[in-house]
Amino acid sequence: MNKKEPLVRVMKRETIAGWKSWLFRAASIALALIVIAVFVFAIIGISPLNVYTLMWEGAFGNSIYFNDTLFFTAKLLCIAVALAPAFKMRFWNIGAEGQVLAGALATSLIMVYCSSLPAPLLYILMFVSAIVLSAIWGLIPAIFKAKWNVNETLFTLMMNYVAIQIVNYFYNKWRGAASALGKLNKGTKAGYLPTIFGSKEALMLLVVGVLTILMYLYLNKTKQGYEIAVVGESVNTAKYAGMDVKKVVVRTMLISGAVCGVCGFMTVAGQDHSISSASAGGYGFTSIIVAWLAKFNTMVMVLIALFVVFLEKGTNHITDAFAGFDDSASKIVIGIMLFFVIGCEFFINYKLSFFRFRKGEK
Amino acid sequence: MANLIAWIIRAVVFGTVVLYGSIGETITEKAGHLNLGTPGIMCIGGAFGFVGAYAYENSVSDPNAALCILIALSLGFISAMIAGLIYAFLTVSLLVNQNVVGLTMTIFGVGIGKFFGSYVIPEGAVSTKASFANSVFSAKLPFLSDLGFIGQTVFSYGFMMYLALIIAISVHIFMQKTRTGLNLRAIGENPATADAAGINVTKYKYLAIAIGSGITGLGGVYYILDYNSATWATAAGNAIESLAWLSVALVIFVRWNTAKAIWGSYLFGLCYWAYAFIPSILGISVNTDIAEILPYIVTIIVLIVGNIRSRKGHQGPAYLGMSYYREER
Repeated sequence: MNKKEPLVRVMKRETIAGWKSWLFRAASIALALIVIAVFVFAIIGISPLNVYTLMWEGAFGNSIYFNDTLFFTAKLLCIAVALAPAFKMRFWNIGAEGQVLAGALATSLIMVYCSSLPAPLLYILMFVSAIVLSAIWGLIPAIFKAKWNVNETLFTLMMNYVAIQIVNYFYNKWRGAASALGKLNKGTKAGYLPTIFGSKEALMLLVVGVLTILMYLYLNKTKQGYEIAVVGESVNTAKYAGMDVKKVVVRTMLISGAVCGVCGFMTVAGQDHSISSASAGGYGFTSIIVAWLAKFNTMVMVLIALFVVFLEKGTNHITDAFAGFDDSASKIVIGIMLFFVIGCEFFINYKLSFFRFRKGEK
Repeated sequence: MANLIAWIIRAVVFGTVVLYGSIGETITEKAGHLNLGTPGIMCIGGAFGFVGAYAYENSVSDPNAALCILIALSLGFISAMIAGLIYAFLTVSLLVNQNVVGLTMTIFGVGIGKFFGSYVIPEGAVSTKASFANSVFSAKLPFLSDLGFIGQTVFSYGFMMYLALIIAISVHIFMQKTRTGLNLRAIGENPATADAAGINVTKYKYLAIAIGSGITGLGGVYYILDYNSATWATAAGNAIESLAWLSVALVIFVRWNTAKAIWGSYLFGLCYWAYAFIPSILGISVNTDIAEILPYIVTIIVLIVGNIRSRKGHQGPAYLGMSYYREER
């Protein structure tokens, strides 16, 4: 045996049994949950059992928490669904935050300046303008990518900040001398989406549910979805097959941006009835990882989004109960979980073989 | 004139934060790794550097300037380096997608930074200040800083601004003139060829990412202890995040050249602070929120122009963003 043989050798797996890959994922989640429990214990000294009871309570404990969890799951899911076609095409759209804000901004603008319109017309105008502005926000980097191959990662990222500043401008303008903006159209409630089944969140769930299914069908059952997959695998193959790659890139980002616009619309008109630079709340970034972990399968995203929001809301609940546990803790908890889960992909795709075992084989 | 001087000073101080991040990111990218975790890493560096300085000056009755600098810089550097090593482990050893790991690092790092930075804020307050550290980090050169225009715009900064210049130029020379630098660049251009030439790819990548992250962390330390007058407020994390994203953009802006990053970062600073000075010079009024878009628009324009005009040899490392798996070459 060669002396220089490395201690550990990494080999690509040809295939892996489905149960085995889920076992790895379960193990990584379990490990992350242990690390999170240790982290919380180290800071505020509560037992792991207590940590997770509290987290469960914070996410599902009563109907207010539960509805909140459902709404934010739908929100995160909506953005992840929006990103799915872009990422499947290997277009690194990290501008979802800005695209959602663009939709939120368009909705608010119509709410404020066209509030005297009759309700149905107002809703339609809000919805359409949100979709159009968000689509434009996604379209600009896509056109430059398609035409001159401009780096989309940074372009979309910078578009986030442009959107944030414009939102700040209107926020401060509408706020006037008040310390915070508060609700838009406080008196008339013009543009507030109606509640259905007596719940403010139900419409959001319905809309996002339909979008999730539609996007699944679009990506897996249509010609355009197939084109996205081919461009994502290899641009050269797509060109060779006679696909108009530029058209696919632009069209896909148009869709991606438009769905982000739906999220912005629902957030402002259905839930917040207000806008700020935090309207997207960092979900534009978290959703990227949700989409990637689900391998762009929108059905799987439902579970992942729910799990991430559970961690967020759960940790925030611990924050409320214990002083000295800052609200940025939820980011740490989500970060730890994601590190473990994405690290686990390695063990699903590759196999380790150790020196002393190999020796026996020879 | 006073306006112009004040503008340049703000721009340079702002630019220095971006410069640190950009040097760190350049080193990382030369090894073929796009680290979108830079905001998180800078936030971690800033928070721990601040907490170290704060704890030190509050635990001894007669704080020593050299020790304060040593504690803040080493804590900032090491904590950022550890974050970088997590990124390196996941992307180099576990071959996970770099963008995904980077973005996770940003979520995680901003969380860690804000959490531990805010940990020392007294109950009920929204911010806290390390006064001694501020006096040490923003101490100007005596005499020279009073010498008119040149004195004020060139010599009136804390020592970390000059440290950034030294690091930027040394890194540039290291990349261009040394064998180790050449090896590092070779890995970014084609890791398989570098591997075949006998370069230890894994070792280089780990070192580049760790050192790059450490330097990025120093940017966070500079931001808190000098730029922000050693004040940690709960919003400090978000401010570092947006500055760090600019530093990622700056790397492309100056085409992976840390010496050019010096003027590039000051240009960003001039753009960013333009809203506070240009209107008063021209006698017009501009909305602050709208004016603050400028650096981002400039970045976008530079990205576009740079791409359309790109010549060979001015693009980034060829294998940037791709994992290197030896048995697949």
